Amino acid sequence: MIGIPVLAQAAEVDTGDTAWMLISTALVLFMVIGLGLFYTGLVRAKNSLNTFMMCIASAAIAAVTWALVGYSFAFDGTGDLIGGFGHLALQDVTFEPREGTTIPHLLFMAFQATFCILTVALISGAVVERMRFGAFMVFAALWSIGVYAVLAHWVFGGGWLAEGGTLDFAGGVPVEMGSGFSALAAALVVGARNDYGRLALLPHNAVYALAGAGILWFGWFGFNGGSGIGTGNPSVLAFVNTMLCPAATLLAWFALDAIRGRKVTAIGAATAIIVGCVLITPAGAFVSPGWALALGFAGALPCYAVVVLRPRTRVDETLDVLAAHGVAGFTGILFIGFFAQQSWNGVSDGLFYGNAAQLADQALAALAAPIYAFVGTYVLLRLVGALMPLRVTEREEAMGLDVTAHGEEAYATGEGAILVTPEAGVEVPVLVANPD
Amino acid sequence: MKLVIGIVRPEKANDVLEALYRAEVRGISLSRVEGHGGELDQVQTYRGTTVKMGMSDKVRFDIAVSDPFVQPTIDALCAGGRTGEVGDGKIFVVPLERVVRIRTGETDLAAVTPVSA
Repeated sequence: MIGIPVLAQAAEVDTGDTAWMLISTALVLFMVIGLGLFYTGLVRAKNSLNTFMMCIASAAIAAVTWALVGYSFAFDGTGDLIGGFGHLALQDVTFEPREGTTIPHLLFMAFQATFCILTVALISGAVVERMRFGAFMVFAALWSIGVYAVLAHWVFGGGWLAEGGTLDFAGGVPVEMGSGFSALAAALVVGARNDYGRLALLPHNAVYALAGAGILWFGWFGFNGGSGIGTGNPSVLAFVNTMLCPAATLLAWFALDAIRGRKVTAIGAATAIIVGCVLITPAGAFVSPGWALALGFAGALPCYAVVVLRPRTRVDETLDVLAAHGVAGFTGILFIGFFAQQSWNGVSDGLFYGNAAQLADQALAALAAPIYAFVGTYVLLRLVGALMPLRVTEREEAMGLDVTAHGEEAYATGEGAILVTPEAGVEVPVLVANPD
Repeated sequence: MKLVIGIVRPEKANDVLEALYRAEVRGISLSRVEGHGGELDQVQTYRGTTVKMGMSDKVRFDIAVSDPFVQPTIDALCAGGRTGEVGDGKIFVVPLERVVRIRTGETDLAAVTPVSA
């Protein structure tokens, strides 16, 4: 997003840009709720709350780590691999716009924070239904600094990929490939669910999944549409492409579903919305609306293939973060290398328009980001695993994490529940509901 | 003929189904029930409200079998349902007076024998 040429002398705050970025920031934060709902629909009923809580906890953890450390590592200075310490605890992050932007620096920080939050929440999809809540929170804190901030610096903060010419509009590198390949590593370290490959582990509420995916699509207009850091042409193009590309992916997914199983599935549609949004995330304002449609159609294929083939392996990457984010982000990043169009983006052409060098830059990012994310996550989780158990016990897993980790149920009826009142004393339960 | 009623933990229901299948017991009804059998209560908290869950979720199997199948059915329920902790459930075996297969009007032994067996 820094690659977009903004008015060079822009040191003044533009009220229109600021208004849109305030809204965009809130839109991206709302995606956390959409993701929580989407993930919750895909797990078994007994793990509903735990799954949603992983997303909520990500917001809590990553917002704090981002403000204290992550933002500085990602956006202070133009070191090759990592930023600096200049913005620790939001030092010098004020109302003055950051260089190259027309919005208050503080707002820029908040917008970027929501990206970090969402990415951390995405990874939880790989480990739900068996990872300990506390261990996930510790991992989330470390990951948001050690992996997300570093990848964000590479493409957004003036790191080596951005300097080298890699184009990434809204986070194909840190958000999509970052979460997707981290999810693969996390699934390998934490291990499969006990019932995986033995029982049919079915989504418990497809309506949640569809509603959650719909909220994600809605929020993605702020995610991509805000990544121009203003209201200029890049934001408008990315906004429109965010409508077109997922629509194309949906149609392609319908067709693939129909060919494979003779029926168009709702869970498939929910997945397709997300895949389409991810595909257009890196390419946002770099490709024409026509190519965005093509990306939506064609990009569905590799992701669909991974969704179908992954469950045949022993890798219990539970909610297919790798397919929907890793593979789609990878595809989107490479697509820029082929079909970027200077007449639309004002920055660079791709191979198809005579600039082969752009493809090389994109390929470099498509190689470096997955490796860093995978290795970084693997090391961090091994570290956390050395300090505390990563998994709940077999019995807790069988009973479900809602009751064992949170002491609540998503669908509590209250039948047979005995009220423990302070007046009665905790030892003396009072019967309030008594099923016959 | 007997009606074997097995009440087991929901998380063990699939193990029981597998065991029953291996024992070639094929005619099965299954329902979700709530019950209490002396196991420890789960305490849950919703904002300021703390409750003890007096009833635990269980799965109930109803299996009508001819006499030679009674013991294999019981064995399968035990093998599939046991964890060793309090709350594994119970098995009740009760005599059956009559069985009628609605489709054909067959009665008793012919009716408790699954079609495929």
